[in-house]
This record gives sequence, structure tokens and C-alpha cells, in this order.
Amino acid sequence: MSYIAKPSVTHPKLPRNELGLTVRDYEGSVSTLCAGCGHDSITAALIQAVFELAIPPHMLGKMSGIGCSSKTPAYFVSQSHGFNSVHGRMPSVTTGANAANSELIYIGVSGDGDSLSIGMAQFAHVIRRNLNMCYIIENNGVYGLTKGQYSASADVGSTAKKGPANRQMPIDPVSTAIGLGATYIARGFSGDKKQLVPLIKGAIRHKGFALLDIISPCVTFNDHEGSTKSYAHTRQFYHQVIDADFVPPAKEIVVAYDEGAAMPVELHDGSRIVFRKLDKQYNPTSREEAFSFLRKSVRAGEIITGLLYIDEEAGDMHYLSGSVDRPLAKIPYEELNPGSGTLKKVMDRYR
Amino acid sequence: MSSVNDVVIKIATVNGTGSASANGLLMKAIFRMGIPVVGKNYFPSNIQGLPTWYEVRVTGEGYQARSDRVDVMVAMNAQTYSRDMAEVGAGGWLIYDSTWPRSRLLTREDIHVLGIPLSKMCNEHFDGARARILMKNIAYVGALAALLNIDLDVITGLLQETYARKKQLIDANLEAIRLGYDYAIGHFDCPLPKTVERMDKTAGHVIIDGNTAAGLGCVYAGATVGAWYPITPSTSLMDAYKSFCKEFRMDEQSGGKKFCIVQAEDELAAIGVVLGATWNGARAFTPTSGPGISLMNEFIGFAYYAEVPAVIFDVQRTGPSTGMPTRTQQGDLLACAYASHGDTRHVLLFPANAEECFYSAIEAFDLADRLQTPVMVLSDLDIGMNDWMCPEFTWDDRYRPDRGKLLTAQQLEGMDKFYRYLDSDGDGITYRTLPGEHPKGSFFTRGSGHNKFGGYTEDSGEYQEVVDRLLVKWETARRLVPKPVVKYSKFNKEGILSVGSCDGAVREAMDLLKDRKVGLNYCRVKAFPFGEEVRDFIENHERVYVVEQNRDAQLRSLLMLDLEIDPAKLVAVLHYNGMPINARFVVDELLEKRAQGQAA
Repeated sequence: MSYIAKPSVTHPKLPRNELGLTVRDYEGSVSTLCAGCGHDSITAALIQAVFELAIPPHMLGKMSGIGCSSKTPAYFVSQSHGFNSVHGRMPSVTTGANAANSELIYIGVSGDGDSLSIGMAQFAHVIRRNLNMCYIIENNGVYGLTKGQYSASADVGSTAKKGPANRQMPIDPVSTAIGLGATYIARGFSGDKKQLVPLIKGAIRHKGFALLDIISPCVTFNDHEGSTKSYAHTRQFYHQVIDADFVPPAKEIVVAYDEGAAMPVELHDGSRIVFRKLDKQYNPTSREEAFSFLRKSVRAGEIITGLLYIDEEAGDMHYLSGSVDRPLAKIPYEELNPGSGTLKKVMDRYR
Repeated sequence: MSSVNDVVIKIATVNGTGSASANGLLMKAIFRMGIPVVGKNYFPSNIQGLPTWYEVRVTGEGYQARSDRVDVMVAMNAQTYSRDMAEVGAGGWLIYDSTWPRSRLLTREDIHVLGIPLSKMCNEHFDGARARILMKNIAYVGALAALLNIDLDVITGLLQETYARKKQLIDANLEAIRLGYDYAIGHFDCPLPKTVERMDKTAGHVIIDGNTAAGLGCVYAGATVGAWYPITPSTSLMDAYKSFCKEFRMDEQSGGKKFCIVQAEDELAAIGVVLGATWNGARAFTPTSGPGISLMNEFIGFAYYAEVPAVIFDVQRTGPSTGMPTRTQQGDLLACAYASHGDTRHVLLFPANAEECFYSAIEAFDLADRLQTPVMVLSDLDIGMNDWMCPEFTWDDRYRPDRGKLLTAQQLEGMDKFYRYLDSDGDGITYRTLPGEHPKGSFFTRGSGHNKFGGYTEDSGEYQEVVDRLLVKWETARRLVPKPVVKYSKFNKEGILSVGSCDGAVREAMDLLKDRKVGLNYCRVKAFPFGEEVRDFIENHERVYVVEQNRDAQLRSLLMLDLEIDPAKLVAVLHYNGMPINARFVVDELLEKRAQGQAA
């Protein structure tokens, strides 16, 4: 039995958001992932983020492909709409969903196998479309459901539980996304919820494609010594270069920051991301600098985290294709059909 | 061999030399004289340089298939000259460009060879290499006008309409027409014994290709999302949808588009986009061909099991594999009917001509919404890319889309709890909601095992309950899909059963067979699953010839699989060389099979 509903018990003093809902209202069914799985921590951060943003549950589309990560949409916001599609194809389904209804909020949850191997083409092309969505890669460097094969994000030299070290070059989703033109790129760690929540909130509010690459250790197949995606390794080489606070619209920026070391970036809905540089060499608004910094850090074996790049100016898919502002699925049929008189005129062209 | 309004003209040119507009002009001029025409384009998978042919069959009888003969060949391509000459029927005519001498080896005593110095005349009258090449094509139309007695006023009128804003082009084209016309009048005995003569058989008709018709149908059906990956021969369907949308779907106030076309990275993504869009309540479609169907298989199975509507146009081409991309076939019947792994079966529609492409598009969207499943429209290259004369399309403004069992916010408000896969009406079709409609409407869409409530399951009984219910829905589909077209007389003991673009050739063949005292009844299936009418038709005949355009008798197999028909009763008549089927082939094959059957 792997479909268990959680009992709905709410403490009367639990904080409520603008909709009057508590964080419990954003929960899903009980996770069937392994105890200690990084993915469950990300699910918790997601719940916190959508609760704080006061998103009406039924206005949320939870999209996924196949794999451990793709199971997680069942574990948050039960009252929203989930679409657990086929392996590596979540981006296309989300593209269609957004094409039909741009009013919904789309959170896609994918994994390193789902995005960087079988779904690499869709991952690349959804970035090109700058689809307005929050795209999370729960990155653990390994195939869990099929019992521990390396994924395309496994680092050179990282070892599996049994057998030799990986010798193929990894695909880094963050530098790939920078190269492909993504407009919001962040990396986080499932073990740092405090950093994750504002990153997710910013990703949801960003109008365009927002990638969150979250290192999420697989406790069963990739948390041993020698793995570069283990909790221990990630904690040791974790390097936060940017601290980002998410500030909703109508709220004053209260975060103190030193001139030059921090900067606010305004998002389309009026909310803001406030950056505080923790590493002086880093510039999150320059694609070129972000890219070269990242490549250097990869060579140094560092796991760079934070909101690594943002561009609020690029238009999303609907802007690029010139769609009307209204959701296409809600346009009345009468407005879509040219009618019998027009058909008669069209027919005259074919005589 | 003199005749009126019964002549086949074939034009052999080189791909990329601009002959398409000249050939279209020829065909349309005859159409405007009130005479039914059939136009077939035989083109290579190439942009420039390879041989290409265009065939115009003038058929006062109004037949829709291509003919099996050539009366007048316009041989403009030196590369194919000898085979083009060989194709001309005895007593026929061969027109060639006599600017250059013809090899003495290339002669035939039994045909008339007419040399016209087309290049020489055009080089003298026009400037620029491109204009000279283009006008050479127009000039042969002028010559044909003289030889066949085509009304010059009609041609002039057409040119004036086509180039209404470019007077220079009208003048140049008219001059080229004159060059060919005057040369023919001056040098040959015009008109030939085979001529055209005004009729009134094309009133209320149009000449249109199936892809344009289907694209127009998508606009009228209210489709707002189109996703595709370009593939011959389906590309012009999306081109048509796009151009009609740009004309009729722009928001007057904002200038925004009331449609969204996604040119996807591949067909895997194109169908994914469609499913995402229909899940969210838009009418969405993807046009493709066989290779695209192969790639879409996984998602098609998903849509079947998760019950997400989708409309897929498969403009079939010659397979297997890349096959012959610019040749026609009906080779995807089985691949579409049972696309994807596991137990799946899909609703198919089979338009037979351009007119039916328009109406099938509307029907496909209604059925997909009603049945919450993928519906595939199986056209083919012959229907999709060739020009068909057909009755003009009409529209009933009272039409409203059938969105099926879609719960409104109001209905949801009044419900205790919504479950996605509960069959409350007993027809196998369950109620569905759209994301964002109402908090009570949420459900989880998944391709993994699910129970009737929409929850994940690995329980045998719960799983089986859902897949069994899908069979109930299949029987509902059988009642809802379009019925076959049946031509029946109780005196006939044998029948022909056919599909799609075989229709024209079969109906013409039946006339020819009747002349030979072979009476047959006819059933053309318009959809899969097959309705009871199809079963009845087969049951009412001793033998049924199943005419289709593939090697493996796929329609025959489908009949056996879906209706459990005795294979011995179904005799396969198969045409699969990539060219559209013609009546002569049907007659010859059928008579041979019939003789075998009677001998046995």
C-alpha cells in the first residue's frame, strides 16, 4: 500500500497565510521514499514556500516525469493538480499546460536521470522557450529506483557502493542552463532548508524559466564514502556565494545590506530578490562571469550554491510568441470560430 | 481516339524550377471551365534538381482517382526524357522543348511528337535567368491551351487575380501564354482530337488540398494550441493552421494571438505539449507522419491510460523507416490502432479526401473531448498534399464544441467529493475537471497504476477495474464514431471494403466492373473501432475484397482483430508502391483474386 493519506489534524495556533490556510493545508500524502532521503527535505521546503506565498492550492500544477524525484508531487499540496508524466518529458507537458493556461503556477520536479539523460533535449528546449515555471532537479548522481547506476551528473572519481569510480564527465545542470540562456538559475542543498525556501519562492515568482539544481543525497545508493553527492561530501565542499532573500510585493526591504555588496532585483509581480554577496568575485547578473566562476569552482571541487544568475528582462514563451494575456483555454468558442460567412469567403479562394 | 473532357496531361520538370504555379494555373483553368479535374504531384524528397511530375486528369465523369495512362506528356526534363516518352499511350502526344535537338535514338512511331522552342522563345522575350525559366513553364501552358482548346479568357482572368497587385507579372505571364499559344496554333493542327469543352460540373466546388482543409478544420473546431515537429507530408497542415489563425485569430484590441503554436524539439515533445494543453482545457493537436507516430508512442499510451484527450493528424507516407517521404501509403493503420506498450487501442478517423479532412478535424476534437482519449486522423500524402476537387465546405453557426463530461466550478461546488475515474454513468466515460477551476476539482494525473478514485495503486483488483472500464469506454466509442459509407444492393453477393484515399479508385473500378457485369457492394470505413454496420456488411456477403494501400493488409487485420471476422472471407487487394492507387489496378487485381476464389 503506497497511497496513504495523512490525518488532517491542525494545531489551532499554527500560523495562517493570507488565504487563512496553515502549512498543513499544503501537505500531501505520506512519502514512500527511503527514510532520510534528501527529496523529502526538498518537499518540506516546497510546502513552506508555497504556504508562505499563499498560493491557492488548486492554482498550482505539479509536474513531473519518472523516478524517485518525480514521485514527490504526490507528497505536497494534495489539493493541487498533479501530472506525473513519462520519463524525461515533463518539460513538454508543462509547455502545453502553460500554453493553454498561463494563470496557473507550475512547479516541475525532476531528477538528474530524468533531466540530464533521457530528458536532456526537453530540458534544453524548455529553457530556450523561457517557459514560465519553477523547475527543480533533485540531484543525487544516481538512479535510485533501478538500484544505484551512475547518472549523468555523477562526478569523475565518485564511486558507487560497489565497482569502480565514474570516469565520464558529468553534466552540470547549472552551467548547462547558463549556457542555454535560462533566466533564473540557483543551486541549493536539501540539507539547507533556510536557503532553499527563498530560492523556491523567487523561482516561483520569476516570470520565465527558473532552474533550481538541488543536491539531494540518496541515502540508500549514494551516501557512502567516496561519493561526491553524499551528505558529508556536500557539507564539506558546500560554498554559498550568494545569499538571496525573497521579499514579497508591498513589503519594505528590511534586510540590511552594505552598498556594493548587496542588491535588490525586482520581479514582474513587484516582489524582490535581495542578493547579498558572500563571495566578492561573484556577479549574479552577468551570464559570462557566472559561467566562468562556476567552471572554476567545479575544477576546485566546490559546490557553489545560491541564486547564481537572474535576468528579469527576458520575455517568457507567451511574450515570445505574442499570445493574448488571457489564458487560451478560457477564450469563449464564439471568439475562436470565424463563422459561416468567413468560411464562404475562404472557399472563394479555392476556385 | 478522339474525346471530349477525358484527357490526361503529365508534365515532367526539374524540382525547383517553379513549375508548380504553371501547373496549378493549367488545372484551375480547366476547373473554371466547369470541368472536373484531378491533380497529382509526384515530387522527390529534394529542394532542387531532381525530377518531378505533375499530372492533370480531365474527367468529365468526375472521377477522383489518378488515371493509369498519359495522353499528353510535356517533357521538360532531359534527365527523364526517355522514360517520359515511354509512358505516353499509343496515339498520344509528346511535347518537348525543341530549342535543343532531340537524340535520334529517342523516337517512337506510335505517338505524335510536337517540338516547341520554349527556351529559345523565352530567352528572346524575357530578361534574367530566373524569369526565363519561369516563363518557359507558363509558355507550355499556353501551348496546351491551344492544343486542348482551353479558354484563354479564363487563363487571363486567373492571372489577373493571382497577380492583382503586380501588373508587370500579369503582362509577362500573358506574354508567355501567348508565345506558347501562338506557336502551337501556327505549327500544329489545333485542337488535338482530345479536347476540353465547357461544362457546369464544378459549380459549388473548390480545389483544395487535405492538409489545408484539416488546418482550417482545426481553426473552426476551436483549437488554440498546435504543437509539431516539421515532417513531410504533414508540414502544410500546420502552415495552413498558422496562416488562417493569423487572419482570423488576432485579438483586435491587443493585437495578441488567440492561439499558440509550439515548434517542438521533436515529436516526443510535440505530443507532450498537446497533452499538457488538453489537460488544461485547450483544444490542442499535432500533425505528423509515420516516423512521428513511432516517436509519440509512449505518450499516446499515457494519454489512453490517464485519459487525456489529444488530436493527432497522421498524414501517412511510404514506410517503413524513413521510407519514401514524398510518396503515399496507408501503412500506419496498425501502428496507430494499437500504438504504445501494454493493452492500448485508439480511435482512428479515416478521411477519404480533402473535404472529409475538414469535417474529420471537427469530429476528432469532439470525440477526443467526449471520450477523453487520443483520436488520430489518418490522412495520407495523396489526400494531404494533392489538390482535390470537392464540394465547398459549409458551416452551421449553431455548432458548439462537445467538451464531454467536464465539470464546471458550479457543479463542483455542489459535490461532496470529486473522484476522477468513477464511472457513474455506466458508459465507461468518467468526469473530468480542469486545473484551476475549483478547489474541489483537484486530481492527480498519472500513467502509473491507479484506482477508480485516481489514487496510486499496485493492487491487482483496483488496477484491473480501471482497465476493464476502459473496455466499456471502447464500446461507447464504437457507437459514437462516424458510420461507414455503404452502397448496397441485395443482388450482389460480393463486396468491396476499403478505406481513405482508395475511395476514388474503388468507386471508379466499380463502374468499370459493372460494365463487365461484375456487381459489387461497397463499404468504406470511416473510423476505428468499426461499428455494427461494418460487421453487418461483411456478414451479408460471401466474399469481401479489402482494398488498401499497404503491403501487409493492415485494414484486413484490423477487421479480424476488432470484429473477429473469419479471415477466409476477407480477400486482400493491396497497392503499396508509393503511387496513389488507380481504378485499373483495382479492377485487374480484383478480377484475378476473384478468378482464384472461384477456381478454389
